[in-house]
Amino acid sequence: MIIIKGVPASPGIAIGRAYVLEDEEIVVSRQEISPERVRSEVKRFKQALERTHLDLDAAEARVLRTLGKEHAKLIDAHRLILKDPLITKEVTQRILQERVNAEFALSETLERVNQAFEKIEDEFFRDRRHDLFDVGKRLLEHLLRKERKPLSALREPAILIARNLLPSDTLHLREARVLGFATDLGGKTSHTALLAQSLEIPAVVGLSDASHQVKPGDMVILDGNQGLVIISPGPEALQRYEKAQVKEKKEERALEVLRGLPCETADGKRVELLANLDTLEDARTIGALQPDGIGLFRTEFLYLNRTSAPEEEEQVEVYSRVVESLSSLPVIIRTADIGGDRLSDLGLEGPKEETNPFMGLRGIRLFLRYPELFKTQLRAILRAAIKGRVKILLPMVSSVGELKSARRLLTQAQAELVQEGHVFESPVEMGMMVEIPAAILLLDFMLEEIDFVSLGTNDLIQYLLAVDRVNEHVSHLYDPFHPAVLRVLHMTVEAVHKKGRWVSVCGEMASDPRAVPLLLGVGVDAFSVSPRMFLKIKQTLRTLKAAEVQSLFQRALVQPTSEEVHRLLDER
Amino acid sequence: MREKTFTINNKLGLHARPAALLAQTACRHKASVKIFKGDVEVNGKSVMGLMMLAAGQGTRVRVVIDGEDEQQSMEAIEKLFSRKFDED
Repeated sequence: MIIIKGVPASPGIAIGRAYVLEDEEIVVSRQEISPERVRSEVKRFKQALERTHLDLDAAEARVLRTLGKEHAKLIDAHRLILKDPLITKEVTQRILQERVNAEFALSETLERVNQAFEKIEDEFFRDRRHDLFDVGKRLLEHLLRKERKPLSALREPAILIARNLLPSDTLHLREARVLGFATDLGGKTSHTALLAQSLEIPAVVGLSDASHQVKPGDMVILDGNQGLVIISPGPEALQRYEKAQVKEKKEERALEVLRGLPCETADGKRVELLANLDTLEDARTIGALQPDGIGLFRTEFLYLNRTSAPEEEEQVEVYSRVVESLSSLPVIIRTADIGGDRLSDLGLEGPKEETNPFMGLRGIRLFLRYPELFKTQLRAILRAAIKGRVKILLPMVSSVGELKSARRLLTQAQAELVQEGHVFESPVEMGMMVEIPAAILLLDFMLEEIDFVSLGTNDLIQYLLAVDRVNEHVSHLYDPFHPAVLRVLHMTVEAVHKKGRWVSVCGEMASDPRAVPLLLGVGVDAFSVSPRMFLKIKQTLRTLKAAEVQSLFQRALVQPTSEEVHRLLDER
Repeated sequence: MREKTFTINNKLGLHARPAALLAQTACRHKASVKIFKGDVEVNGKSVMGLMMLAAGQGTRVRVVIDGEDEQQSMEAIEKLFSRKFDED
């Protein structure tokens, strides 16, 4: 039994035989071509080009169908490279002049270009060579007629193990009977991981050398919850995982029946249950959960991995698509919480290096420093608001002044739009994230400027307890059950309700079944949870009694340590 | 043969999108296009070649076009540079 630890990319457990997608090093040898065969060698190269073009066409059609336009851009870039004279011309010339085989001519050309790229100091330009290699590799595979085993050849359900999955491979996952997959490369947000999540199959990525350790046909357990791959598991592990799998399936079925039921407590209190939306891909699956709305639409993704800021039209299109896909449900769109390190992605000059980006230029601070960026997003959100029920949420607010500035820009943006002929039937509500303790202490004043509040527990806990969650030396101190956390939650809800406003929780705490009784007990109006946990949280809420958890929270509030808070929860 | 020197004025220089635009424009004409940055020469019809120049904002590049439709090609390319590749 060998256990390899990777990065959990998509939850769930899969048990089955391994199907290893080979990805061996391609060895190219130099072969002399006789003068009369030179022409046909060039022709062979052209055919390989043609076949690769066809591959890309096929991949594009599938990507468009399953993943959408954003992902298809990569294929466009690859197509351009495939047409590049640097490849087509130089390789042809080498074949003709040096009288060598096409594979050798191609690998020499790639090597020359690689060397040129390696000398480039600018990281962005230097990294473009990875695209070139991707394309070069496909070409070589065609020349060597060593095409990757297609997934469609899969006869029996199996667990897919690969060095890396090319976009064209992952497209077959749905048709092929893949129980789950594991790759050596990739991160939690790579294309393949996102795809696995939307297909709801377990996946582990970033395993470094699993594809060498696992042999075809090996019995494998894939634990997508913890990011583990277990090769040839012992009978004990196998039994344990089989049990867990059965339990998971049973729970899934139990959750399924909850879909159509209202979200109310056992004693009949209706609780709003909203979903968090991180990417456009999720918008489709969220509708099926029948939420009361989107409690947090994170828009950061629009600002990442690009070279200029997203324009108004592009944003309007994205927001409108989400608003329209959820018909009449309310959607809370949070203005981008990006940090100064992202400004270079937007073609702007940012602060050189921030020693503490968490406390640096981010969220509303960054947008007020670059009002044009802010206004573009506000205009786009307002325009989407015409098509449905949209509210605006501001991140990282720490002072009344920031709210006033934001309100001014929002009013300005709306006035401009009205002048341009847009009609707003009702005012668009503006709310703020409560994640900086100062905002809670000043909430009575803050509430004068805003319509609603959303509790971002992740950052709130970090700032309140002064704990960096990713710092291994102190991460154990990050504690949602810390009595101080409960006290600020209490202060927040009290202040908000005193002013007759509405408060939701959108941090991870809302998606934690153990924390839900406390949040319901403190009296929040809505839970906004990750789609993955949506039904689970609904199930939890339906078992709770509002009156009971209210007194539970009152008792939790006067505990000195989180251990005692946990004891209270256990005694329940 | 025609020759002109341009300054790259858009903020990010000849990154992926402008390089693609330039190469596509060059490919639309028969005439050959050579781009020089100092003494480095690349084929103007090659995206990868153009990216290899790693030409940032403010870089001056010399464009040499040769062929029957060289005038049209130069005009089209000149437009790209003067419009900052439609970027800023």
